[in-house]
Amino acid sequence: MKKIQIWDHVILLAGVFFMVTPVVLTLMTSTHDAITVYKEGVQFLPGGKFLENYETVLFQAGGFTKEVDGFVMLKNSMILGFGFAIGKIIISMLAAYAIVYFRFPMASLCFWVIFATLLLPLEVRILPSYEIVQSLGMVNTYSGLIVPLIASATGTFFFRQFFMSVPEELLEAARIDGAGPWKFFKDILVPLSQTMIAAIFIIMFVYGWNQYLWPTLITTDESLFTLVRGIKQILQVWVGAQIPAFNEAMALAILAIVPPVLIVVVFQSWFVKGLVESDK
Amino acid sequence: MKKVQFQSRWLPYLLLLPQLAIVTIFFLWPAAEAVRSSFYLEDPFGFGSTFVGLDNFTDTVTSTDYGRVARFTAVFTFFVTFLSLGIALLLAVKADKVLRGASSYKTLLMWVYAVAPPVAGLIGVLLFDQHVGPIVDFFAMFGWKMQIGVDYFDTSFAMIVTSVWKQIPVNFIFFLSGLQGISKSVQEAASIDCRSGLRRFWTVTFPLLAPTGFFLLIINITYAFFDTFGIVDVIVKNEPGNNPVTLVYKVYLDGFRGNDLGGSSAQSVILMAMVFILTIIQFRLIERRVHYT
Repeated sequence: MKKIQIWDHVILLAGVFFMVTPVVLTLMTSTHDAITVYKEGVQFLPGGKFLENYETVLFQAGGFTKEVDGFVMLKNSMILGFGFAIGKIIISMLAAYAIVYFRFPMASLCFWVIFATLLLPLEVRILPSYEIVQSLGMVNTYSGLIVPLIASATGTFFFRQFFMSVPEELLEAARIDGAGPWKFFKDILVPLSQTMIAAIFIIMFVYGWNQYLWPTLITTDESLFTLVRGIKQILQVWVGAQIPAFNEAMALAILAIVPPVLIVVVFQSWFVKGLVESDK
Repeated sequence: MKKVQFQSRWLPYLLLLPQLAIVTIFFLWPAAEAVRSSFYLEDPFGFGSTFVGLDNFTDTVTSTDYGRVARFTAVFTFFVTFLSLGIALLLAVKADKVLRGASSYKTLLMWVYAVAPPVAGLIGVLLFDQHVGPIVDFFAMFGWKMQIGVDYFDTSFAMIVTSVWKQIPVNFIFFLSGLQGISKSVQEAASIDCRSGLRRFWTVTFPLLAPTGFFLLIINITYAFFDTFGIVDVIVKNEPGNNPVTLVYKVYLDGFRGNDLGGSSAQSVILMAMVFILTIIQFRLIERRVHYT
């Protein structure tokens, strides 16, 4: 029995090695100077340039127009992550509330129109979406960046599933006590949904933070770049240089990785629950 | 729907208004536009367009370039899906079994979920770099001189490895929760009846995991088709040239770089049809899943 368990651990450790090593090497490489990395290859141990490299990346403007530094990109990523997650939660909770708790004509039509969006990811309708956002004058704005991403109904679907599982008696009791739709929503449904809201917030924040294609198209003004959007510039300016500045490129990659990973690891149980249950 | 419901003439519409407005402007309209322009030949400088019927579709499907990209996408999807599902299943089974350190393993194996695909691509670019990459050094010991961005096969290899790495956590989380959902009494009964652990896995655990597996299969195919855009874009370093790219990447290339609006829209419509079929299958599977549990 004991021998078998040892093999289980060996396999798991190999898996952990495969998953963790790439990011560890990225972190190590980001703490050396460019010449060392260029001469000796990817570094396996920490170097002495940690503070220097991260200071350069965060506060020294880079890119083509020398307008944007890592700090601005970090701020934009935060705006995209939070804006997307909060906007999506509010809009989808209201819509799910209407669909589950109200009787009105055309309810099922509204339901199908909203859920049709689950069928087609943004990537397949990217060109017309871009043209429409452009014609609305929303290129290079935060709203142009965030609002079209909210169009998919994933959040509404999660909340609908959750509201359906809330016991009917709650609504009956609330109505007997004379509570109207708004009071029921505010005082009963929202408090009940807290865990669900937290779980969806984590998933949506990570999803928004990690967006790449849409920001690449919609933001051409460098002051609106997010960290993930900035990868394209990293490739051209730093990795494409005569002596590639892998150290600084990797420092920026680490900056883009840390916030979403922290959220997922710290709120792990909510996140796993939300991910697994929402997809049922 | 609930049996007890509120009655109000205008409130439900007011609640639905933001969602419906966004869906109409940023979903229905572009989707309709994609279908419409797939039947037109658009002037690249914006001077009107002519109706060409199904020409865009026939041109697309018969072009050699499209065939090559479609074949690569199929091979890529196959390897990404099966490798990430296989590795994740193995790790989930082991993580479910061990007594010591189970929660540490769980955390260490799932946090890569939060890494963005293009960032994963950038890490891939570093590790597979011809001058500094340790993976290239490693394979050079066996006489394989990798040239990412130059050699078609080597570039595909790097893309597949990076995409698998990025996708393992999701599969791991779902498989592990599926395994933990199998009741202890079933497992105990099985272990009394059958001594061989491997056989027990294939005859009892695996069939019970099948609904999760089917569901993940669809998720993974969708991932390999669409979400790997960032990985592909970063690994080909924005210069596709002769490098392998996926179908979604080609939609982007033809539409935004090649200015071939009609052709790009026709490709979009073909992809829409594929996703549509996949989603229908997924919904039916979800219904089956609910019946099982």
